Amino acid sequence: MSLEVEDLNRRLLRARDAMDRAYAEPLDVRSVAAVAFVSEAHFIRTFRAVFGETPHRYLQRRRVERSMFLLRETDRSVTDVCLDVGFTSLGTFSRMFREIVGETPSGYRMGHGPIVAPNCVQLAAMRPRVGYGEEMRSSSFGEAAGAAAP
Amino acid sequence: MITRLNVASIYVLDKEEALDFYVNKLGLEVGNDVRQGDYRWLTVRVPGGPETEISLEQPGPPLHDEATAAQLRELITKGALGGLVFITDDARGLYETLKARGVTDFTQEPTDHFYGTDMGLRDPFGNPIRILQQGKVAQPVTA
Repeated sequence: MSLEVEDLNRRLLRARDAMDRAYAEPLDVRSVAAVAFVSEAHFIRTFRAVFGETPHRYLQRRRVERSMFLLRETDRSVTDVCLDVGFTSLGTFSRMFREIVGETPSGYRMGHGPIVAPNCVQLAAMRPRVGYGEEMRSSSFGEAAGAAAP
Repeated sequence: MITRLNVASIYVLDKEEALDFYVNKLGLEVGNDVRQGDYRWLTVRVPGGPETEISLEQPGPPLHDEATAAQLRELITKGALGGLVFITDDARGLYETLKARGVTDFTQEPTDHFYGTDMGLRDPFGNPIRILQQGKVAQPVTA
């Protein structure tokens, strides 16, 4: 029993690591679930149980964190940053950014400069938290149906 | 005053498997490997660096009751516990060496930052490991 839990956790963590590594690429839930050797539906359900949010939301938060990093540390345009971190639509990026961070990408850039902390610390600690009355939305990541299940 | 860090501990699921990973894959050396009854005091350390040892501890009795040990094992495998940061003199060379030794759980390939080049991986149980080559790198910032 316990061994099963540990083995599943470890595989889900491997899938989460894959999202952290490949956030800039077009990812679909099927390929990420394959990293954990589970079906899509099982992946979405167990990922949320283990990590407290859906894989889609985890990935969006990672992408937004990396965009915050680029907005702080570089002078790349908001459009370039949007594409750099794996969003394909500026509209989706801006809406997601506002929803998660609470301000626009350019507004965030105006108020924030580089942070002198190792990149691994930023990756681990600066991914934006859950907040602002978020709700799960349908997405190209393809887990909307699964995410709605209890 | 305190003069150095002597021992730091991390939790692993299995000491034998941990020993194989940390010594044969990662390239550390065995520090202490002492058995006392059921208990095995097992440490690894950076070769040539006896100042600090890493104690590999397995959750379970007599340190923990079984329920606590199960909680710890769950936390280890979901990557929620602390990890280790090492220094190398050649991050990219080490990356190739680790790959050749069969390490697959990289969380980050060698990447340049203003403070040096680092990479990330996990041990077989989920503990995060960072390896840093210190020094300024004259490269543009990337995500």
